[in-house]
Amino acid sequence: MNVIRTEGLTKTYVTGTNEVHALRGVDLTIGTGELVAIMGSSGSGKSTLMNLLGCLDSPTSGGYELDGVRVEGLGKNELAAIRNQKIGFVFQGFNLLPRTTAVENVELPMLYDRSGRKRDPRALAIRSLERVGLGDRLDHQPSELSGGQQQRVAIARALVTEPALVLADEPTGNLDSRTTIEVMALFQELNDSGITIVLVTHETEVAVYAKRIVEVRDGRIVRDVPVKNRRLAATDLQEVAA
Amino acid sequence: MKTKVLIKLATQSILKNKMRAALTMLGIIIGVAAVIVMVAVGFGARSRIRAQINNLGTNMIVITPGAAQAGGVSQGAQAFPNLSIEDVDKIRREAQVVTAVSPVVVTRSQVIGEAGNWRTLINGVDVDYQTIRDWQTASGDFFAVEDVDAMRKVAVLGKTVADQLFPGSDPVGQEVQIRNVPFDVVGVLAPKGQTASGSDSDDVVLIPYTTARSALSGRSFIPQILASTASEGDIPAAQEEIRVLLRESRETEDFTVRNQNDLAQAAEGSTKVMTMLMAAIASISLLVGGIGIMNIMLVSVTERTREIGIRLAIGARGSDVLTQFLVESIVMGVFGGLIGLAIGVGGSKILGHFTGWETVISPIVMLVSVLFSGAVGVFFGYYPARKAAALHPIEALRYE
Repeated sequence: MNVIRTEGLTKTYVTGTNEVHALRGVDLTIGTGELVAIMGSSGSGKSTLMNLLGCLDSPTSGGYELDGVRVEGLGKNELAAIRNQKIGFVFQGFNLLPRTTAVENVELPMLYDRSGRKRDPRALAIRSLERVGLGDRLDHQPSELSGGQQQRVAIARALVTEPALVLADEPTGNLDSRTTIEVMALFQELNDSGITIVLVTHETEVAVYAKRIVEVRDGRIVRDVPVKNRRLAATDLQEVAA
Repeated sequence: MKTKVLIKLATQSILKNKMRAALTMLGIIIGVAAVIVMVAVGFGARSRIRAQINNLGTNMIVITPGAAQAGGVSQGAQAFPNLSIEDVDKIRREAQVVTAVSPVVVTRSQVIGEAGNWRTLINGVDVDYQTIRDWQTASGDFFAVEDVDAMRKVAVLGKTVADQLFPGSDPVGQEVQIRNVPFDVVGVLAPKGQTASGSDSDDVVLIPYTTARSALSGRSFIPQILASTASEGDIPAAQEEIRVLLRESRETEDFTVRNQNDLAQAAEGSTKVMTMLMAAIASISLLVGGIGIMNIMLVSVTERTREIGIRLAIGARGSDVLTQFLVESIVMGVFGGLIGLAIGVGGSKILGHFTGWETVISPIVMLVSVLFSGAVGVFFGYYPARKAAALHPIEALRYE
């Protein structure tokens, strides 16, 4: 079962008379349970790819099927619903609401759920925070949490809706090396429990924790390989501690 | 999202910036408070005038001579001495709707009593006058029909006159002299207070009109006829009836028939204009308050661009963001309106207490001003909210 399937995905930005071809035809298939790192330097088109995969933007041409739903050509509100139900976002800058407690931040996606499912947002948010090891920080505001803890809250928010795909954009970009390993250990743990995760990063040290690396350059996929010497973050963490 | 959640969200984000929210709401608060106070003072003045007019009597109709045309030139009221006792009798005999009628023969004269003398108004009236003016006696009785028919020299004193001439004693049964003619005092009227024009209604002596004409003025001219009806609804019919009856005996309509409401409206007219003018000036403050809300909401949208980006990324629709910001500005408007209402009501009470002005706070004005401040919130909050909703999630997330 594929979570992501794109065919000839292109994106062209027009600024005045200039045309910028950010993506020039991307065919990418990602199956359930994968942990994929999308790599590339800045300007390679990886951010554009991540925006398209995250349904934050629409492709200029090409097809995109997410969890069995054709996404291209959908309207703004339909895309919002897909983001809400099928995708969990983790951002580089954490992007938590300031002066809002951890549990309220995690509840947020459920406030915008229009699918009519009957759920208890508070209970699910608490369970999600416990899952990332923050069961004792429920009522802390982002300013009272460390960077690693803030990113865990963001991950809890991404997980709370049980999405088909967790999309992480430079999730360790603002973290020190030890916290980076901690967060990657969490991603690996979540992936082991069956969650499909796509990481966008430019750091090889982060990409080696993935199962597969997709490299983007000049708007095309130039390399798509499984990780041979895959590292286990949990083991690395023990070494750092020792 | 549910309304409850929206209002909670809006309240939270307002409370995160208490000082700013308070300053933003200040415009609305001052506006609403000013409108409430202005209207309370205006309504107070109006209700006082109305009370004074009603004090004149119940369902009263006033017939005065004049309004005649001489060669195409309209003469003012009372230009001609052309109401007579025959007119009074005719109305009394033939009118159906009119229930009471009395002539008023006015003279000014010195009155001498036990304790001194006093210059006052001497009104020669009929017994119906008491009904028309709805004027009770504080002691003794009004004079009777026989007193009028027999032209007896009897007098009923107003409270002020009684106090001046017989301080500390009951004048009933005593004697006063009007133009050296002795009158028996048969009653003292209950106090009525000020008239709408500010003069003292109690500074008067009532005597039978027959006596007034024979003993005092000697003229047959009747300067004023008063009449009244059983109910307020009968007034227009009664006015028409009087007009028809009086016209039968003359060629032109050389008289004026007015009712209490005409008098009230004339007196209220100027206060009404004043009240509206003051309320209009006060509502400019509301408008300025609204612009303040718009300004802060625009700043808030820019400041919270990232927050908007987050919300859009995790599945909020443009309409969700629009509603969120709109509810925020409505909450500020309504909350400011409520505080303004409290201050306005309190301010009117305090103002009334210190100046002695009557203030009337109408529930409709209260409701309208709070609703209006909510509407100000909608109107001035819509543009910033639209701006927020139109943001693109990617650009909003990238905003520093």
